[in-house]
Amino acid sequence: MKRIQINEDVCIGCRLCEVWCIVAHSKSKDIIKAFKQEKPRPIAMIRVQEDIPISFGAQCRHCPEPICVFSCISGALYIDENGIVLHNSKKCVGCWTCILVCPYGAIMRNEDEKTALKCDFCMEQGTPSCVEHCPNEGLTLVEVSENGF
Amino acid sequence: MDFDYLIIGNSSGGIGGAEAIRKYDKKGTLAIISDEPVHTYSRALIPYYLKGNITYDKLYYRPSNFYNKNNIQTFLGKKIIKLDVKSRAIILEDGESLNFKELLIASGGVPFVPPIKGLNQNNYFTFTSVDDANKIKDKIESGHIQKAVVLGGGLIGLLAAEALSSFNIEVSVVELAERVLIKVLDNISSKICEEILEENGIRVITGHTISEVINNPDDPDKIDKIILDNNEKLDCDLLIIAIGVRPRLDFLKDTEININRGIVVDNHMQTNIPGIYACGDCAEIYDFILDIKKLTPLWPTAYIGGMIAGFNMAGHNKEFTMGMNMNSMKFFGIPVMSGGLIEKPDDGNYEVLTRYEPENMIYKKIILKDNIVKGIISVNSIDRTGIIIGLMRNNIDVSSFKAHLMSDDFDLIYFPREIRNEIFTGRLL
Ligand SMILES: Cc1cc2nc3c(=O)[nH]c(=O)nc-3n(C[C@H](O)[C@H](O)[C@H](O)COP(=O)(O)OP(=O)(O)OC[C@H]3O[C@@H](n4cnc5c(N)ncnc54)[C@H](O)[C@@H]3O)c2cc1C
Repeated sequence: MKRIQINEDVCIGCRLCEVWCIVAHSKSKDIIKAFKQEKPRPIAMIRVQEDIPISFGAQCRHCPEPICVFSCISGALYIDENGIVLHNSKKCVGCWTCILVCPYGAIMRNEDEKTALKCDFCMEQGTPSCVEHCPNEGLTLVEVSENGF
Repeated sequence: MDFDYLIIGNSSGGIGGAEAIRKYDKKGTLAIISDEPVHTYSRALIPYYLKGNITYDKLYYRPSNFYNKNNIQTFLGKKIIKLDVKSRAIILEDGESLNFKELLIASGGVPFVPPIKGLNQNNYFTFTSVDDANKIKDKIESGHIQKAVVLGGGLIGLLAAEALSSFNIEVSVVELAERVLIKVLDNISSKICEEILEENGIRVITGHTISEVINNPDDPDKIDKIILDNNEKLDCDLLIIAIGVRPRLDFLKDTEININRGIVVDNHMQTNIPGIYACGDCAEIYDFILDIKKLTPLWPTAYIGGMIAGFNMAGHNKEFTMGMNMNSMKFFGIPVMSGGLIEKPDDGNYEVLTRYEPENMIYKKIILKDNIVKGIISVNSIDRTGIIIGLMRNNIDVSSFKAHLMSDDFDLIYFPREIRNEIFTGRLL
């Protein structure tokens, strides 16, 4: 089972992970179109945190025992066959219980839709886009046991 | 009929139990019993449903093939009238008896209705089930409901009030305590909630209760007026009683199962009878902040309690030690959260951090004891509140980053590196 490892020592805070997250979740999958034309512009589901000189990008950890899934009052959050924590925005009512319980602060609010938003591990394309486009290996894909890291 | 596992309750606790059992035991026979004749749904969504934010099918908590896929037999619309501990069986109202090896009681709660003069079976509503929501919907659709009264200013009462007001109904909330949400918010935050409600046309009457209901002389099932204990009269076409929910334990009468205010369980969620477990609104849960067992009627608590019970029922030792009071609410779109302590206890070495920006309706309060977070309230600045709750769960000393705790951009970056490393590798939280 693969998970994203955060390597804060090598992160330079370039925010390409955020950029490529937006592109990966855009309709066009095109960087120019995604940023210039798509309305609403997709929201990055990874967040670069910065307190100079430290920085890192962090997204959902896809916990082996995801408390957000256990707590979700609508059944919108679920674990798929691969152990990835996914969110069905059609079922989400925006109660924000997931935000109350996620210890990583990894769940965002889509203010327009009034629904939660989170990293989907780029399930459709294989390697998560943030990892693929990180120039410094600040995010890497590593093999972990069933119980996590 | 004989089953390896029986689960009483088709809601959060029951489903949590069933999913956990099926994680380890795919074959053992498993049945869920509920007197609600519907597929598993979320009762916490009925305010959204009543308002029309979601359609009926969105109430369902799990996909329609859930029972099939998990090899679960269901007895829906079947009421349990008795538990026979000796013969390890539950008895249904229709006389059928179901035997079990392991039992999970996730029977939830029933709304408490106080004796009030003039109240009868048919002239008021409660608001805890989809059936209640449908009845209220029908009533609103069938007639001229102009004025409604909600008795109870707790979460359920306020959610009912907000839903009713979306139909252009003039709503008054009557709460006996001096402020609304008294169990989950402090003074300032509950006043902010009152303001939000009042600004949206809901009248909030605190410090009073209903002393009498006056019915229509021609139709005793129709209320004309509500009389408060200060003699004020309120016109009323629809009354909702939402002063609280009590554990549903009627079928446990005369059993040896240990009951305090709710069913008493250990950290494995097992009752005093081996192989009989309980969770959710019907049970007393260990609260690690208060260090006591207490009723903790919350959706996540029911699910996780059920899950822990399910693991143990399927032979996997697991304990639930992380129960706590926590709430995520929303009134007219304004998000409000609380977790752990809401007021600083008088004794002990407590410290309180607050931030109040009335013009932005932002309020934040964190209660610390010896630099460990013991409570949080946040109004309208709720992003990443879970990080703070995580600090509580893990007993993390915040002295080195206390200055950042209250700011809107508080984040993992302010944690000491060692702690962050542990968090990112999942060894904590
Ligand atoms: C309007 C409303 C809004 C809420 N909002 C929130 C929220 O935002 N966040 C939150 O955390 N919590 C919320 N809650 C609370 C939450 O819904 C409960 O804590 C949760 O449903 C408890 O789950 P449970 O499995 O313990 O019991 P319940 O959901 O009460 O289910 C009990 C089950 O047991 C069955 N049962 C009981 N006795 C018998 C019997 N004798 N025979 C047959 N079947 C029986 C019932 O039919 C039912 O299926 C809300 C509740 C309400 C009413």
